[in-house]
Amino acid sequence: MSQTDTEAPLLSDQPPAQPRIMNILGPMLGLILVIFAGGIAEYFKEGTLNYWSPQNQCLILTQTVTVALGAIGMTMVIISAGIDLSAGSLIALSACAAAYVIRGLATPGVSTLAGSEAVWLPLLGVAGGVVVGWMAGATNGLLITRLKLAPFIITLGMMTFARGLAKGVANMQRIDAPMNWISQFTNANLSLFRLDVTWGPISWYGPVAISAAVLVTIVLAVVAWLVLSRTRFGRHVFAIGSNEDCARLCGVRVEYVKWGVYAIAGALFGLAGVVDFGRLSVGDPTTAIGKELDIIAAVIIGGGSFNGGVGNVFGSLIGALLMAHLRNLCVHLGLPNYVQEMVVGAVIIVAVTVDKVRQGKQE
Amino acid sequence: MADIAKSFGSTRALVGVNLEVRRGEVHALVGENGAGKSTLMKVLSGALEPDAGHMVLEGKPYTPRGPLEARACGVAMIYQELSLAPEMSVEENVLLGVEPTQWGFVRRAEMRRLVEDALDRLQHPDIHPAARVGDLSIGNQQLVEVARALAADARVVVMDEPTSSLTQADTEVLFKVIRQLRDAGVSVIYISHFLEEVRAIADRFTVLRDGQAVGSGGVADTPTSEIIHLMVGRELEDMYHRTRHEVGEPVLSLEALTGEDMPLEADLELRRGEILGIAGLIGSGRTELVRAVFGLDPVVRGEVRVLGVTCTGWGPPRMIARGVGYLSEDRKTEGLAGNLTVADNLTLSRLGPYVSAGLLSRNRMRDAAWQWIERLGIRTQGPDQPVDGLSGGNQQKVALARLLHQEADVLLLDEPTRGIDVGSKADIYALIGELAAQGKAILWISSYLPELLGVCDSLAVMHRGVLSEKRAVADWSPEAIMEVATGGEVAPETVTAESEDPLGRTGATT
Repeated sequence: MSQTDTEAPLLSDQPPAQPRIMNILGPMLGLILVIFAGGIAEYFKEGTLNYWSPQNQCLILTQTVTVALGAIGMTMVIISAGIDLSAGSLIALSACAAAYVIRGLATPGVSTLAGSEAVWLPLLGVAGGVVVGWMAGATNGLLITRLKLAPFIITLGMMTFARGLAKGVANMQRIDAPMNWISQFTNANLSLFRLDVTWGPISWYGPVAISAAVLVTIVLAVVAWLVLSRTRFGRHVFAIGSNEDCARLCGVRVEYVKWGVYAIAGALFGLAGVVDFGRLSVGDPTTAIGKELDIIAAVIIGGGSFNGGVGNVFGSLIGALLMAHLRNLCVHLGLPNYVQEMVVGAVIIVAVTVDKVRQGKQE
Repeated sequence: MADIAKSFGSTRALVGVNLEVRRGEVHALVGENGAGKSTLMKVLSGALEPDAGHMVLEGKPYTPRGPLEARACGVAMIYQELSLAPEMSVEENVLLGVEPTQWGFVRRAEMRRLVEDALDRLQHPDIHPAARVGDLSIGNQQLVEVARALAADARVVVMDEPTSSLTQADTEVLFKVIRQLRDAGVSVIYISHFLEEVRAIADRFTVLRDGQAVGSGGVADTPTSEIIHLMVGRELEDMYHRTRHEVGEPVLSLEALTGEDMPLEADLELRRGEILGIAGLIGSGRTELVRAVFGLDPVVRGEVRVLGVTCTGWGPPRMIARGVGYLSEDRKTEGLAGNLTVADNLTLSRLGPYVSAGLLSRNRMRDAAWQWIERLGIRTQGPDQPVDGLSGGNQQKVALARLLHQEADVLLLDEPTRGIDVGSKADIYALIGELAAQGKAILWISSYLPELLGVCDSLAVMHRGVLSEKRAVADWSPEAIMEVATGGEVAPETVTAESEDPLGRTGATT
């Protein structure tokens, strides 16, 4: 073997690869910027500084859970160079499924669960919601890998199908279910501390609380991160997203991995649906319309790319948080709903552009 | 061009490069991959602005602010990836971007005249102005690019690896055109890896190495070995260094292997320690053969036996488990996952050893990657560098390292040295020799005859899906290979006098 050149090769004279923590620096900075600017804007417009209150900030965390759970699953899908447009519909379907199970199995006529039912039924409800989401996701995955059609098309079809199914299950209404611990779990009931400050523009009072679901979301995010970065399955997902043909050559069972990815995402959408049911305390088939766009935007802001092969679970969480902050901010600024939509849309474009510029500089 | 320097961030692509091209000469620009040839030409054609240095064209200072201005000054660039619009006609392509217009409307008559003028100069009656470019052969498409240069009244035409997708016949035509250009006083800068071509067509040459111009001179006065020495900066004695290795029992057997289209009834036996080459024209079915063996394409009939065990219902996961490795000819779209790191790519086909308690140990993966980086001499910052930051030769080494890391005993290599520099090629030849000595069996597909004849122990030739019998490499001559490749009879070799085909390649005639 001939001797390799000992002088430093010019080609490798590039800046070292950035440490992974830098990947979420972008979205984090964006979030901090929005929070900071938002507070200032509120002060000038309304004369108050309540957006910054710990109560509000923690409330936003609670409000983010649905999108965050969805974003965890969607991150996996997008890393594999796929897409899932059915997220919102699956959330609605799962919410209805959970409500259906609880109402169906509960003693008829009660408005609050009691006795052993109070413990087990909501559990079955959660299981029902997650399983429904999981099966729908698996169906997505199966169709995508068998029919070899674009994920965009398949999940678009599922989006419509699931929405219709949800309406059917709910009989074109909302499914009322007896009160249960799911609602307690998903509403801001974990009080961290009380705070009462009234001083000039600041009028912060009441308990600072988050929901238990926030903790569950964080745990799931950590698990997802572990799976993606530290397991063989995760490596395979990245490989498929980066270059599917290459992955196949390397012996990756591409079809099974993709199937798994969509199924897992479906299960997470299902869980998001259960959370949605908990927060509304009814199964509403018209909930979460368009939510998939928020979820996808969260993943892209968090560093995901439609080309596949790159993505970050924690970045997606920050993206979801960013979106929730924007919506909350609009309320505090007294802006009508349609302005919310416009702002969110503009932010998505800005965030993705900034990220692209940042990546371009690295090359 | 004098003292040209160009940096991309902290990468110094060009440092103080001087290039002098005379009127009416064919000047070859040679150098390894990553030496800076493309960058220099981009500076010349106005696609890039140099950080330092200046250029003089026909005695006047030349500072193009973009490719369009360069073209207006008479510098035409023909890229390796042809930049033609396949759906449009020859006429439209030739004048793309510089259509003669009046009030925004295209003047068709004048367009027609300009294009016919240019095509006339090419003396190639096959190409009609109204023909759809996508329908033309690659060779003719190349000529349309040349016509584009002529129509722009170019004084300098730069050709970047023009023959990499051309058949021998097309190459001859191109050379004829280049000589015509030269005789008409146009200067041609010819970039190529193939030194035989440079010998055949160029008058003078300049060698680039690591972003610097390290030598230039007349082609006729300089032996090839010296040019290689300048390119590589070290002695490359005996490029096709043969190692002693013993051939053992058969490890891969194909019997009447038939795919959906190709191969047709392929019979083959590959033995331990053997390097078996497969020659053939582009499109003869060699890639289809190995893809069928590896299980990527469906098999209609026939049998594949690995180590005596017949394969049933196979696919990449099973073949890899049996010790078969496949190196794709297309590393960009198939061979490597571009944005993943060196370590990721290297270990992708065998992640098992790094899993403990369900989790991968990234550190152990990195350590393994370092071992292979050192063993193969891969020039990279480290296992965490994304693979698309490496040069072609080093990327190929990563792909090969993956096969070795996989502990493959049977290696199916499809064009392993395509598009990589001389230095890396020599490294790979040596490596394959070593592997054969260790008892691995290697199937080597290549379109570059000198390589096959220099490295392989035995050779078979493929023609339209039909695999010829295998013979020891000493029993083949370039003419015999060519004959079988083009469909002639396999004649028993009685004369071993070898007349070197000047371009040393298997050309297609269909």
